[in-house]
Amino acid sequence: MSNDVLVVAEIRDGALKKISLEMLGEGRNIAKQLGGDVQAVALGHGVADVATTLALYGAQKIFVADDPSLENYTAEGYTNVLANLVKQTQPALVLLGATTAGRDLAPRLAARLAVGLASDCTGFAVQDGEVLMTRPIYAGKAIATVEEAGRPYMTTIRPNIFAAPEADTSRAAEVENIPADAGEIRAKVLEMIMEAGERVELTEADIVVSGGRGLKAPEHFALIEELADVLGAAVGASRATVDAGWKDHSYQVGQTGKVVTPTLYIACGISGAIQHLAGMKTSKYIVAVNKDPEAPIFKVADYGIVGDLFKVVPVLTEEFRKMKAEG
Amino acid sequence: MHIVICVKQVPDTETKIRVKDGQLDHSETKYVVNPYDEYAIEEGLRIKERLGEGKITLVSTGPERAKDALKSGLAVGADEAIHLLDEAFEGSDPYATALILSKALQKLDYDMVFCGKQGVDEDHAQVGIILAELLDIPHISVVTKLEISDDLRSVVAHREVEGGHAVVETPLPAVITAQKGLNEPRYASIKGIMAVKKKVIPEWNAAEIGVEGDAVGVESAKITSIEVTLPPDRAGGRVFDEDPAQDAVKVAHLLRDEAKIL
Repeated sequence: MSNDVLVVAEIRDGALKKISLEMLGEGRNIAKQLGGDVQAVALGHGVADVATTLALYGAQKIFVADDPSLENYTAEGYTNVLANLVKQTQPALVLLGATTAGRDLAPRLAARLAVGLASDCTGFAVQDGEVLMTRPIYAGKAIATVEEAGRPYMTTIRPNIFAAPEADTSRAAEVENIPADAGEIRAKVLEMIMEAGERVELTEADIVVSGGRGLKAPEHFALIEELADVLGAAVGASRATVDAGWKDHSYQVGQTGKVVTPTLYIACGISGAIQHLAGMKTSKYIVAVNKDPEAPIFKVADYGIVGDLFKVVPVLTEEFRKMKAEG
Repeated sequence: MHIVICVKQVPDTETKIRVKDGQLDHSETKYVVNPYDEYAIEEGLRIKERLGEGKITLVSTGPERAKDALKSGLAVGADEAIHLLDEAFEGSDPYATALILSKALQKLDYDMVFCGKQGVDEDHAQVGIILAELLDIPHISVVTKLEISDDLRSVVAHREVEGGHAVVETPLPAVITAQKGLNEPRYASIKGIMAVKKKVIPEWNAAEIGVEGDAVGVESAKITSIEVTLPPDRAGGRVFDEDPAQDAVKVAHLLRDEAKIL
Protein backbone atom coordinates (compact mmCIF):
# COMPACT_ATOMS: atom_id res chain seq x y z
CA MET A 1 0.00 0.00 0.00
CA SER A 2 1.57 3.27 -1.14
CA ASN A 3 0.86 6.91 -0.37
CA ASP A 4 0.58 7.77 -4.03
CA VAL A 5 -2.32 9.44 -5.76
CA LEU A 6 -3.34 8.01 -9.13
CA VAL A 7 -5.02 10.35 -11.61
CA VAL A 8 -7.01 8.71 -14.40
CA ALA A 9 -6.35 11.21 -17.18
CA GLU A 10 -8.91 12.01 -19.83
CA ILE A 11 -7.81 12.47 -23.39
CA ARG A 12 -10.24 13.49 -26.08
CA ASP A 13 -9.42 13.88 -29.76
CA GLY A 14 -5.73 13.63 -29.04
CA ALA A 15 -5.66 16.37 -26.39
CA LEU A 16 -5.67 16.34 -22.61
CA LYS A 17 -8.96 17.48 -21.21
CA LYS A 18 -8.77 20.34 -18.73
CA ILE A 19 -10.10 18.13 -15.94
CA SER A 20 -6.95 16.01 -16.27
CA LEU A 21 -4.83 19.04 -15.38
CA GLU A 22 -7.15 20.03 -12.56
CA MET A 23 -6.85 16.52 -11.12
CA LEU A 24 -3.05 16.62 -11.38
CA GLY A 25 -2.93 19.94 -9.54
CA GLU A 26 -5.14 18.83 -6.67
CA GLY A 27 -3.69 15.31 -6.76
CA ARG A 28 -0.23 16.77 -6.18
CA ASN A 29 -1.49 18.74 -3.18
CA ILE A 30 -3.00 15.63 -1.64
CA ALA A 31 0.00 13.42 -2.47
CA LYS A 32 2.34 15.88 -0.73
CA GLN A 33 0.25 15.70 2.43
CA LEU A 34 0.16 11.91 2.26
CA GLY A 35 3.88 11.73 1.63
CA GLY A 36 3.54 10.14 -1.80
CA ASP A 37 3.75 10.97 -5.48
CA VAL A 38 1.09 11.94 -7.96
CA GLN A 39 0.89 9.48 -10.81
CA ALA A 40 -1.23 9.47 -13.92
CA VAL A 41 -2.62 6.81 -16.18
CA ALA A 42 -3.74 7.38 -19.76
CA LEU A 43 -5.82 4.91 -21.71
CA GLY A 44 -6.60 5.01 -25.39
CA HIS A 45 -5.11 4.35 -28.79
CA GLY A 46 -2.22 6.50 -30.03
CA VAL A 47 -2.14 8.37 -26.73
CA ALA A 48 1.49 7.73 -25.82
CA ASP A 49 2.71 11.17 -26.95
CA VAL A 50 -0.05 13.07 -25.23
CA ALA A 51 0.41 10.99 -22.11
CA THR A 52 4.00 12.10 -21.71
CA THR A 53 2.84 15.74 -21.50
CA LEU A 54 1.11 14.82 -18.22
CA ALA A 55 4.58 15.22 -16.70
CA LEU A 56 4.55 18.95 -17.48
CA TYR A 57 1.53 19.33 -15.23
CA GLY A 58 3.00 17.46 -12.31
CA ALA A 59 2.65 13.73 -12.93
CA GLN A 60 5.70 12.07 -11.35
CA LYS A 61 5.05 8.73 -13.00
CA ILE A 62 2.92 7.97 -16.02
CA PHE A 63 1.29 4.69 -16.93
CA VAL A 64 0.17 4.24 -20.51
CA ALA A 65 -2.31 1.65 -21.76
CA ASP A 66 -2.26 2.05 -25.54
CA ASP A 67 -4.34 -0.33 -27.58
CA PRO A 68 -6.92 -0.19 -30.41
CA SER A 69 -9.43 -1.85 -28.07
CA LEU A 70 -9.20 1.23 -25.82
CA GLU A 71 -9.75 3.78 -28.60
CA ASN A 72 -13.34 4.44 -27.58
CA TYR A 73 -14.08 4.71 -23.91
CA THR A 74 -16.02 1.70 -22.63
CA ALA A 75 -16.80 1.05 -18.98
CA GLU A 76 -15.91 -2.61 -19.20
CA GLY A 77 -12.65 -2.23 -21.13
CA TYR A 78 -11.37 0.62 -18.99
CA THR A 79 -12.43 -1.14 -15.77
CA ASN A 80 -10.51 -4.26 -16.76
CA VAL A 81 -7.29 -2.33 -17.38
CA LEU A 82 -7.56 0.02 -14.40
CA ALA A 83 -8.56 -2.64 -11.88
CA ASN A 84 -5.36 -4.52 -12.67
CA LEU A 85 -3.25 -1.39 -12.34
CA VAL A 86 -4.79 -0.36 -9.02
CA LYS A 87 -4.39 -3.85 -7.61
CA GLN A 88 -0.73 -3.82 -8.58
CA THR A 89 0.28 -0.31 -7.61
CA GLN A 90 -1.98 0.04 -4.55
CA PRO A 91 -2.38 3.82 -4.61
CA ALA A 92 -3.81 5.60 -1.58
CA LEU A 93 -6.28 7.55 -3.69
CA VAL A 94 -7.64 7.23 -7.23
CA LEU A 95 -8.98 10.39 -8.87
CA LEU A 96 -11.28 10.36 -11.88
CA GLY A 97 -13.05 13.27 -13.55
CA ALA A 98 -16.74 13.73 -12.85
CA THR A 99 -17.27 13.74 -16.60
CA THR A 100 -19.62 11.55 -18.58
CA ALA A 101 -16.86 8.95 -18.90
CA GLY A 102 -15.59 9.23 -15.31
CA ARG A 103 -19.05 9.08 -13.81
CA ASP A 104 -19.75 5.96 -15.87
CA LEU A 105 -16.44 4.26 -15.15
CA ALA A 106 -15.80 5.00 -11.48
CA PRO A 107 -18.74 3.05 -9.97
CA ARG A 108 -17.88 -0.02 -12.04
CA LEU A 109 -14.22 0.20 -11.07
CA ALA A 110 -15.03 0.80 -7.39
CA ALA A 111 -17.40 -2.18 -7.36
CA ARG A 112 -14.79 -4.39 -9.04
CA LEU A 113 -12.30 -3.44 -6.33
CA ALA A 114 -15.01 -3.51 -3.63
CA VAL A 115 -14.08 -0.03 -2.39
CA GLY A 116 -16.12 3.09 -1.70
CA LEU A 117 -16.53 5.94 -4.13
CA ALA A 118 -17.19 9.60 -3.39
CA SER A 119 -18.83 11.14 -6.47
CA ASP A 120 -18.48 14.68 -7.73
CA CYS A 121 -16.10 15.96 -5.06
CA THR A 122 -15.33 19.64 -4.67
CA GLY A 123 -12.88 19.56 -1.78
CA PHE A 124 -10.32 17.40 0.00
CA ALA A 125 -8.69 17.41 3.42
CA VAL A 126 -6.00 15.09 4.73
CA GLN A 127 -6.22 14.19 8.41
CA ASP A 128 -3.83 11.67 9.98
CA GLY A 129 -3.31 9.97 6.64
CA GLU A 130 -7.02 9.79 5.97
CA VAL A 131 -8.52 11.69 3.04
CA LEU A 132 -11.84 13.42 3.72
CA MET A 133 -13.90 14.65 0.80
CA THR A 134 -16.57 17.27 0.48
CA ARG A 135 -19.29 16.82 -2.08
CA PRO A 136 -22.47 18.69 -2.87
CA ILE A 137 -25.70 16.76 -2.33
CA TYR A 138 -29.22 17.68 -3.36
CA ALA A 139 -27.66 19.38 -6.38
CA GLY A 140 -25.71 21.69 -4.10
CA LYS A 141 -28.49 22.63 -1.69
CA ALA A 142 -26.28 21.00 0.96
CA ILE A 143 -22.64 19.97 1.28
CA ALA A 144 -21.60 16.64 2.79
CA THR A 145 -18.21 15.80 4.26
CA VAL A 146 -17.61 12.11 3.67
CA GLU A 147 -15.06 9.51 4.62
CA GLU A 148 -14.34 6.21 2.96
CA ALA A 149 -13.83 3.01 4.93
CA GLY A 150 -10.38 2.21 3.58
CA ARG A 151 -7.76 2.57 0.91
CA PRO A 152 -7.63 2.93 -1.96
CA TYR A 153 -9.96 5.90 -1.63
CA MET A 154 -11.72 6.59 -4.89
CA THR A 155 -13.38 9.79 -6.02
CA THR A 156 -14.62 11.64 -9.06
CA ILE A 157 -13.76 15.33 -9.16
CA ARG A 158 -16.13 17.98 -10.43
CA PRO A 159 -14.70 19.95 -13.37
CA ASN A 160 -13.95 23.67 -12.99
CA ILE A 161 -13.42 23.55 -9.22
CA PHE A 162 -9.67 23.11 -8.89
CA ALA A 163 -7.09 25.28 -10.62
CA ALA A 164 -5.19 23.73 -13.50
CA PRO A 165 -1.41 24.05 -12.95
CA GLU A 166 0.75 25.82 -15.53
CA ALA A 167 2.86 23.61 -17.75
CA ASP A 168 6.46 23.37 -16.55
CA THR A 169 8.66 22.19 -19.41
CA SER A 170 11.54 21.38 -17.07
CA ARG A 171 9.56 18.49 -15.64
CA ALA A 172 9.88 14.90 -16.81
CA ALA A 173 8.54 11.63 -15.51
CA GLU A 174 9.10 7.93 -15.92
CA VAL A 175 6.68 6.40 -18.41
CA GLU A 176 5.63 2.78 -18.03
CA ASN A 177 3.56 0.88 -20.56
CA ILE A 178 1.05 -1.33 -18.80
CA PRO A 179 -0.96 -4.29 -20.10
CA ALA A 180 -3.62 -2.75 -22.32
CA ASP A 181 -5.91 -5.66 -22.99
CA ALA A 182 -9.48 -4.43 -22.69
CA GLY A 183 -10.76 -7.98 -22.28
CA GLU A 184 -14.35 -8.78 -23.06
CA ILE A 185 -16.44 -5.71 -23.90
CA ARG A 186 -20.16 -6.41 -24.09
CA ALA A 187 -21.47 -2.82 -24.25
CA LYS A 188 -19.75 -1.56 -27.42
CA VAL A 189 -19.63 1.94 -28.86
CA LEU A 190 -21.05 1.90 -32.39
CA GLU A 191 -20.51 5.58 -33.14
CA MET A 192 -20.17 9.02 -31.63
CA ILE A 193 -22.67 11.64 -32.74
CA MET A 194 -21.23 15.06 -31.96
CA GLU A 195 -23.18 18.27 -32.25
CA ALA A 196 -21.96 20.68 -34.86
CA GLY A 197 -20.33 23.89 -33.67
CA GLU A 198 -17.34 24.82 -31.63
CA ARG A 199 -19.10 25.98 -28.50
CA VAL A 200 -17.57 24.84 -25.20
CA GLU A 201 -19.29 22.23 -23.09
CA LEU A 202 -21.49 23.49 -20.25
CA THR A 203 -19.78 21.86 -17.29
CA GLU A 204 -16.30 22.85 -18.48
CA ALA A 205 -17.10 26.39 -19.55
CA ASP A 206 -15.55 29.43 -17.95
CA ILE A 207 -18.56 31.53 -18.89
CA VAL A 208 -22.15 30.34 -19.26
CA VAL A 209 -25.01 32.37 -20.74
CA SER A 210 -28.43 30.88 -19.98
CA GLY A 211 -31.89 31.68 -21.23
CA GLY A 212 -35.25 31.14 -19.58
CA ARG A 213 -38.92 31.56 -20.26
CA GLY A 214 -38.43 35.32 -20.50
CA LEU A 215 -37.19 34.66 -24.03
CA LYS A 216 -40.85 34.02 -24.94
CA ALA A 217 -40.09 31.84 -27.97
CA PRO A 218 -37.45 29.24 -28.88
CA GLU A 219 -36.05 31.28 -31.79
CA HIS A 220 -35.08 34.04 -29.38
CA PHE A 221 -32.34 31.78 -28.01
CA ALA A 222 -30.39 33.34 -30.89
CA LEU A 223 -29.90 36.37 -28.60
CA ILE A 224 -28.34 34.13 -25.96
CA GLU A 225 -26.17 32.39 -28.53
CA GLU A 226 -24.85 35.69 -29.91
CA LEU A 227 -23.82 36.85 -26.47
CA ALA A 228 -22.29 33.43 -25.75
CA ASP A 229 -20.31 33.52 -29.00
CA VAL A 230 -18.82 36.94 -28.24
CA LEU A 231 -17.75 35.72 -24.80
CA GLY A 232 -16.63 32.28 -25.93
CA ALA A 233 -19.23 30.95 -23.52
CA ALA A 234 -21.41 27.86 -23.28
CA VAL A 235 -25.18 28.14 -23.62
CA GLY A 236 -27.48 26.97 -20.86
CA ALA A 237 -31.24 26.78 -20.46
CA SER A 238 -33.76 26.76 -17.65
CA ARG A 239 -35.89 23.73 -16.96
CA ALA A 240 -39.00 25.57 -18.18
CA THR A 241 -37.54 26.07 -21.66
CA VAL A 242 -36.36 22.45 -21.81
CA ASP A 243 -39.74 21.12 -20.71
CA ALA A 244 -41.36 23.35 -23.35
CA GLY A 245 -39.15 21.71 -25.97
CA TRP A 246 -37.20 24.89 -26.85
CA LYS A 247 -33.86 23.34 -26.01
CA ASP A 248 -32.54 19.81 -25.64
CA HIS A 249 -32.13 18.54 -22.09
CA SER A 250 -28.36 18.56 -22.45
CA TYR A 251 -28.58 22.36 -22.07
CA GLN A 252 -30.53 22.31 -18.82
CA VAL A 253 -28.89 23.88 -15.77
CA GLY A 254 -30.27 22.89 -12.38
CA GLN A 255 -31.23 20.00 -10.17
CA THR A 256 -32.46 17.68 -12.94
CA GLY A 257 -29.91 19.07 -15.36
CA LYS A 258 -26.28 20.07 -15.09
CA VAL A 259 -24.52 21.72 -12.19
CA VAL A 260 -22.13 24.39 -13.44
CA THR A 261 -19.40 26.38 -11.70
CA PRO A 262 -18.15 28.90 -14.24
CA THR A 263 -16.34 32.14 -13.44
CA LEU A 264 -19.30 34.04 -14.87
CA TYR A 265 -22.93 32.97 -15.18
CA ILE A 266 -25.35 35.23 -17.03
CA ALA A 267 -29.02 34.38 -16.46
CA CYS A 268 -31.38 35.99 -18.95
CA GLY A 269 -35.10 35.81 -18.39
CA ILE A 270 -34.70 33.18 -15.68
CA SER A 271 -36.68 33.76 -12.48
CA GLY A 272 -34.43 31.55 -10.35
CA ALA A 273 -36.48 28.63 -9.05
CA ILE A 274 -34.79 26.70 -6.23
CA GLN A 275 -33.90 23.86 -8.65
CA HIS A 276 -32.18 26.29 -11.01
CA LEU A 277 -30.26 28.09 -8.27
CA ALA A 278 -28.96 24.72 -7.07
CA GLY A 279 -27.30 24.25 -10.45
CA MET A 280 -25.46 27.57 -10.74
CA LYS A 281 -25.20 29.18 -7.31
CA THR A 282 -21.52 28.36 -6.90
CA SER A 283 -20.55 30.35 -10.00
CA LYS A 284 -17.97 32.99 -9.12
CA TYR A 285 -19.91 35.91 -10.61
CA ILE A 286 -23.60 35.90 -11.42
CA VAL A 287 -25.36 38.41 -13.64
CA ALA A 288 -29.16 38.37 -13.78
CA VAL A 289 -31.35 40.06 -16.35
CA ASN A 290 -35.05 39.95 -15.55
CA LYS A 291 -38.10 42.17 -15.88
CA ASP A 292 -39.43 41.21 -12.46
CA PRO A 293 -37.57 43.02 -9.66
CA GLU A 294 -38.89 40.40 -7.20
CA ALA A 295 -37.39 37.45 -9.14
CA PRO A 296 -35.39 35.21 -6.75
CA ILE A 297 -32.45 35.19 -9.17
CA PHE A 298 -31.56 38.72 -7.98
CA LYS A 299 -30.90 37.38 -4.47
CA VAL A 300 -27.87 35.46 -5.76
CA ALA A 301 -26.75 37.90 -8.46
CA ASP A 302 -23.64 40.06 -8.08
CA TYR A 303 -24.97 42.34 -10.78
CA GLY A 304 -28.68 42.47 -11.48
CA ILE A 305 -30.35 44.34 -14.28
CA VAL A 306 -34.08 44.86 -13.86
CA GLY A 307 -35.32 45.29 -17.38
CA ASP A 308 -36.45 43.76 -20.63
CA LEU A 309 -33.89 41.21 -21.75
CA PHE A 310 -34.62 42.07 -25.39
CA LYS A 311 -33.23 45.54 -24.66
CA VAL A 312 -30.44 44.47 -22.29
CA VAL A 313 -28.89 41.40 -23.92
CA PRO A 314 -28.09 42.95 -27.35
CA VAL A 315 -26.36 45.85 -25.58
CA LEU A 316 -24.29 43.45 -23.47
CA THR A 317 -23.32 41.62 -26.66
CA GLU A 318 -22.34 44.86 -28.37
CA GLU A 319 -20.34 46.16 -25.37
CA PHE A 320 -18.38 42.93 -25.00
CA ARG A 321 -17.75 42.90 -28.73
CA LYS A 322 -16.30 46.41 -28.50
CA MET A 323 -14.15 45.47 -25.51
CA LYS A 324 -12.82 42.41 -27.31
CA ALA A 325 -11.99 44.50 -30.35
CA GLU A 326 -10.17 47.00 -28.16
CA GLY A 327 -8.29 44.10 -26.60
CA MET B 1 -39.63 -9.98 -21.60
CA HIS B 2 -39.33 -9.40 -17.86
CA ILE B 3 -38.25 -5.86 -17.09
CA VAL B 4 -37.17 -4.99 -13.55
CA ILE B 5 -37.08 -1.35 -12.56
CA CYS B 6 -35.29 -0.12 -9.44
CA VAL B 7 -37.11 2.73 -7.75
CA LYS B 8 -36.02 5.12 -5.03
CA GLN B 9 -38.15 7.43 -2.98
CA VAL B 10 -36.53 10.85 -2.54
CA PRO B 11 -37.40 14.29 -1.18
CA ASP B 12 -39.33 16.43 -3.65
CA THR B 13 -36.98 18.73 -5.56
CA GLU B 14 -39.08 21.66 -4.28
CA THR B 15 -38.11 20.72 -0.73
CA LYS B 16 -36.09 23.20 1.26
CA ILE B 17 -33.15 21.34 2.72
CA ARG B 18 -32.74 21.68 6.47
CA VAL B 19 -29.76 20.67 8.56
CA LYS B 20 -29.88 19.87 12.27
CA ASP B 21 -26.85 18.88 14.36
CA GLY B 22 -24.70 18.35 11.29
CA GLN B 23 -27.10 15.98 9.53
CA LEU B 24 -30.09 16.41 7.23
CA ASP B 25 -33.38 17.12 8.94
CA HIS B 26 -36.21 15.43 7.05
CA SER B 27 -38.96 16.09 9.57
CA GLU B 28 -40.85 18.28 7.10
CA THR B 29 -39.85 16.58 3.88
CA LYS B 30 -42.36 15.55 1.25
CA TYR B 31 -41.31 12.43 -0.65
CA VAL B 32 -41.77 11.55 -4.29
CA VAL B 33 -40.55 8.97 -6.80
CA ASN B 34 -37.04 9.91 -7.89
CA PRO B 35 -37.59 11.90 -11.12
CA TYR B 36 -35.05 9.85 -13.10
CA ASP B 37 -36.78 6.64 -11.99
CA GLU B 38 -39.96 7.96 -13.57
CA TYR B 39 -38.21 7.95 -16.94
CA ALA B 40 -37.06 4.40 -16.19
CA ILE B 41 -40.60 3.27 -15.38
CA GLU B 42 -42.03 4.98 -18.45
CA GLU B 43 -39.47 3.34 -20.73
CA GLY B 44 -40.35 -0.06 -19.31
CA LEU B 45 -44.04 0.58 -19.90
CA ARG B 46 -43.41 1.69 -23.48
CA ILE B 47 -41.34 -1.39 -24.26
CA LYS B 48 -44.05 -3.66 -22.94
CA GLU B 49 -46.70 -1.79 -24.92
CA ARG B 50 -44.66 -1.95 -28.11
CA LEU B 51 -44.02 -5.67 -27.75
CA GLY B 52 -47.56 -6.40 -26.70
CA GLU B 53 -46.24 -8.73 -24.02
CA GLY B 54 -44.00 -8.74 -21.01
CA LYS B 55 -43.98 -8.07 -17.29
CA ILE B 56 -42.75 -5.11 -15.32
CA THR B 57 -41.60 -5.57 -11.75
CA LEU B 58 -40.60 -2.68 -9.52
CA VAL B 59 -38.14 -3.16 -6.67
CA SER B 60 -37.23 -0.67 -4.00
CA THR B 61 -35.24 -0.74 -0.82
CA GLY B 62 -36.08 1.94 1.66
CA PRO B 63 -38.13 2.46 4.79
CA GLU B 64 -41.84 1.70 5.07
CA ARG B 65 -42.77 4.93 3.26
CA ALA B 66 -40.99 3.67 0.11
CA LYS B 67 -44.16 1.65 -0.53
CA ASP B 68 -45.76 4.88 -1.72
CA ALA B 69 -43.15 5.14 -4.45
CA LEU B 70 -43.84 1.55 -5.50
CA LYS B 71 -47.56 2.27 -5.53
CA SER B 72 -46.98 5.29 -7.76
CA GLY B 73 -45.25 2.98 -10.23
CA LEU B 74 -48.01 0.40 -10.05
CA ALA B 75 -50.60 3.14 -10.60
CA VAL B 76 -49.05 4.05 -13.97
CA GLY B 77 -49.04 0.43 -15.11
CA ALA B 78 -46.25 -1.71 -13.60
CA ASP B 79 -47.41 -5.27 -12.98
CA GLU B 80 -45.74 -6.10 -9.70
CA ALA B 81 -43.74 -4.48 -6.93
CA ILE B 82 -41.43 -5.88 -4.29
CA HIS B 83 -40.33 -3.97 -1.23
CA LEU B 84 -36.90 -5.01 0.05
CA LEU B 85 -37.37 -4.16 3.68
CA ASP B 86 -35.25 -5.07 6.66
CA GLU B 87 -33.83 -3.13 9.59
CA ALA B 88 -30.43 -4.40 8.51
CA PHE B 89 -30.77 -2.44 5.25
CA GLU B 90 -31.04 0.95 6.94
CA GLY B 91 -28.22 3.37 6.27
CA SER B 92 -26.90 1.38 3.30
CA ASP B 93 -24.44 3.22 1.08
CA PRO B 94 -24.53 2.92 -2.74
CA TYR B 95 -22.51 -0.31 -2.75
CA ALA B 96 -24.70 -1.98 -0.11
CA THR B 97 -27.86 -0.72 -1.83
CA ALA B 98 -26.68 -2.23 -5.11
CA LEU B 99 -25.82 -5.45 -3.25
CA ILE B 100 -29.35 -5.68 -1.82
CA LEU B 101 -30.86 -5.05 -5.25
CA SER B 102 -28.52 -7.59 -6.87
CA LYS B 103 -29.56 -10.30 -4.41
CA ALA B 104 -33.22 -9.60 -5.11
CA LEU B 105 -32.60 -9.61 -8.87
CA GLN B 106 -30.90 -12.98 -8.63
CA LYS B 107 -34.23 -14.36 -7.43
CA LEU B 108 -36.05 -12.84 -10.39
CA ASP B 109 -35.77 -14.11 -13.93
CA TYR B 110 -35.01 -10.75 -15.51
CA ASP B 111 -34.24 -9.78 -19.09
CA MET B 112 -33.54 -6.11 -18.56
CA VAL B 113 -32.99 -3.76 -15.63
CA PHE B 114 -33.74 -0.05 -15.49
CA CYS B 115 -32.62 2.50 -12.90
CA GLY B 116 -32.69 6.28 -12.83
CA LYS B 117 -29.26 7.74 -13.63
CA GLN B 118 -29.01 9.08 -10.09
CA GLY B 119 -31.09 9.83 -7.03
CA VAL B 120 -31.75 13.54 -6.74
CA ASP B 121 -31.05 13.37 -3.01
CA GLU B 122 -27.51 12.14 -2.38
CA ASP B 123 -26.50 12.49 -6.06
CA HIS B 124 -24.08 9.55 -5.96
CA ALA B 125 -25.10 8.29 -9.42
CA GLN B 126 -23.58 4.90 -8.59
CA VAL B 127 -26.19 2.28 -7.73
CA GLY B 128 -27.28 1.21 -11.23
CA ILE B 129 -23.72 0.82 -12.44
CA ILE B 130 -22.51 -1.03 -9.32
CA LEU B 131 -25.57 -3.27 -9.66
CA ALA B 132 -24.51 -4.20 -13.20
CA GLU B 133 -21.00 -5.05 -12.00
CA LEU B 134 -22.32 -7.18 -9.12
CA LEU B 135 -24.63 -9.05 -11.51
CA ASP B 136 -21.76 -9.32 -14.00
CA ILE B 137 -23.85 -7.84 -16.77
CA PRO B 138 -23.11 -4.78 -18.95
CA HIS B 139 -24.62 -1.36 -18.37
CA ILE B 140 -25.31 1.78 -20.36
CA SER B 141 -25.73 4.91 -18.25
CA VAL B 142 -27.35 8.30 -18.82
CA VAL B 143 -29.49 7.03 -21.67
CA THR B 144 -31.65 9.41 -23.72
CA LYS B 145 -32.81 7.01 -26.43
CA LEU B 146 -33.28 3.26 -26.50
CA GLU B 147 -34.16 0.68 -29.13
CA ILE B 148 -34.56 -3.05 -28.66
CA SER B 149 -33.52 -5.43 -31.42
CA ASP B 150 -36.22 -7.47 -33.14
CA ASP B 151 -34.99 -10.68 -31.53
CA LEU B 152 -35.15 -8.98 -28.10
CA ARG B 153 -31.58 -10.00 -27.37
CA SER B 154 -29.86 -6.63 -27.49
CA VAL B 155 -30.44 -2.88 -27.27
CA VAL B 156 -28.90 0.16 -28.90
CA ALA B 157 -28.84 3.22 -26.67
CA HIS B 158 -27.82 6.84 -27.00
CA ARG B 159 -25.92 7.96 -23.96
CA GLU B 160 -25.16 11.60 -23.25
CA VAL B 161 -21.51 12.65 -23.50
CA GLU B 162 -19.89 16.10 -23.57
CA GLY B 163 -21.00 17.78 -26.76
CA GLY B 164 -23.02 14.89 -28.16
CA HIS B 165 -24.03 11.28 -27.81
CA ALA B 166 -22.36 7.90 -27.84
CA VAL B 167 -24.35 5.19 -29.56
CA VAL B 168 -23.78 2.01 -27.58
CA GLU B 169 -24.97 -1.51 -28.25
CA THR B 170 -25.20 -4.20 -25.61
CA PRO B 171 -26.58 -7.71 -25.35
CA LEU B 172 -29.32 -8.30 -22.78
CA PRO B 173 -29.61 -8.63 -19.89
CA ALA B 174 -28.13 -5.25 -19.10
CA VAL B 175 -28.70 -2.34 -16.74
CA ILE B 176 -29.88 0.88 -18.37
CA THR B 177 -29.83 4.11 -16.35
CA ALA B 178 -32.35 6.67 -17.52
CA GLN B 179 -31.64 10.32 -18.21
CA LYS B 180 -34.17 13.09 -18.65
CA GLY B 181 -35.13 13.28 -22.33
CA LEU B 182 -35.55 9.50 -22.68
CA ASN B 183 -39.33 9.95 -22.75
CA GLU B 184 -42.17 11.93 -21.24
CA PRO B 185 -43.54 10.03 -18.23
CA ARG B 186 -47.31 9.59 -18.11
CA TYR B 187 -49.54 10.49 -15.24
CA ALA B 188 -51.52 7.90 -13.33
CA SER B 189 -55.21 7.69 -14.11
CA ILE B 190 -57.75 7.97 -11.31
CA LYS B 191 -58.61 4.35 -12.01
CA GLY B 192 -54.96 3.36 -11.68
CA ILE B 193 -54.57 5.22 -8.39
CA MET B 194 -57.73 3.66 -6.95
CA ALA B 195 -56.71 0.18 -8.04
CA VAL B 196 -53.42 0.24 -6.09
CA LYS B 197 -54.74 1.87 -2.95
CA LYS B 198 -55.39 -1.35 -1.12
CA LYS B 199 -52.81 -3.41 -2.93
CA VAL B 200 -50.56 -5.33 -0.57
CA ILE B 201 -46.94 -5.09 -1.65
CA PRO B 202 -44.85 -8.15 -0.78
CA GLU B 203 -41.81 -7.60 1.41
CA TRP B 204 -38.55 -9.46 1.10
CA ASN B 205 -36.16 -9.29 4.03
CA ALA B 206 -32.43 -9.97 4.30
CA ALA B 207 -32.87 -13.70 4.93
CA GLU B 208 -35.24 -14.10 1.99
CA ILE B 209 -32.85 -12.57 -0.50
CA GLY B 210 -29.85 -14.26 1.11
CA VAL B 211 -27.85 -11.24 2.16
CA GLU B 212 -25.80 -11.26 5.33
CA GLY B 213 -26.86 -8.55 7.76
CA ASP B 214 -23.30 -7.26 8.22
CA ALA B 215 -22.76 -6.92 4.45
CA VAL B 216 -25.30 -4.11 4.27
CA GLY B 217 -26.52 -1.19 6.37
CA VAL B 218 -24.58 1.42 8.32
CA GLU B 219 -21.88 -0.94 9.57
CA SER B 220 -20.94 -2.08 6.09
CA ALA B 221 -20.64 1.40 4.66
CA LYS B 222 -17.69 2.01 2.37
CA ILE B 223 -18.60 5.69 2.32
CA THR B 224 -20.08 7.59 5.25
CA SER B 225 -21.33 11.13 5.51
CA ILE B 226 -19.82 12.55 8.68
CA GLU B 227 -21.24 16.04 8.45
CA VAL B 228 -23.74 17.96 6.35
CA THR B 229 -23.71 21.74 6.13
CA LEU B 230 -25.63 24.29 4.13
CA PRO B 231 -23.67 26.23 1.54
CA PRO B 232 -22.99 29.82 2.53
CA ASP B 233 -25.66 32.22 1.32
CA ARG B 234 -24.57 34.51 -1.46
CA ALA B 235 -24.71 38.12 -0.50
CA GLY B 236 -26.97 39.94 -2.91
CA GLY B 237 -25.10 42.32 -5.15
CA ARG B 238 -25.88 45.51 -6.96
CA VAL B 239 -29.15 45.94 -8.78
CA PHE B 240 -29.59 48.35 -11.69
CA ASP B 241 -33.10 49.36 -12.60
CA GLU B 242 -32.94 52.68 -14.41
CA ASP B 243 -32.43 52.37 -18.14
CA PRO B 244 -31.97 48.85 -19.56
CA ALA B 245 -29.46 49.84 -22.23
CA GLN B 246 -27.39 52.11 -19.98
CA ASP B 247 -27.51 49.55 -17.17
CA ALA B 248 -26.22 46.92 -19.56
CA VAL B 249 -23.26 49.12 -20.50
CA LYS B 250 -22.50 49.70 -16.82
CA VAL B 251 -22.61 45.99 -15.98
CA ALA B 252 -20.43 45.10 -18.96
CA HIS B 253 -17.80 47.54 -17.70
CA LEU B 254 -18.07 46.31 -14.12
CA LEU B 255 -17.52 42.77 -15.33
CA ARG B 256 -14.39 43.85 -17.14
CA ASP B 257 -12.99 46.19 -14.48
CA GLU B 258 -14.12 44.61 -11.19
CA ALA B 259 -14.62 40.96 -12.02
CA LYS B 260 -11.77 40.92 -14.59
CA ILE B 261 -13.83 38.93 -17.06
CA LEU B 262 -12.43 38.96 -20.63
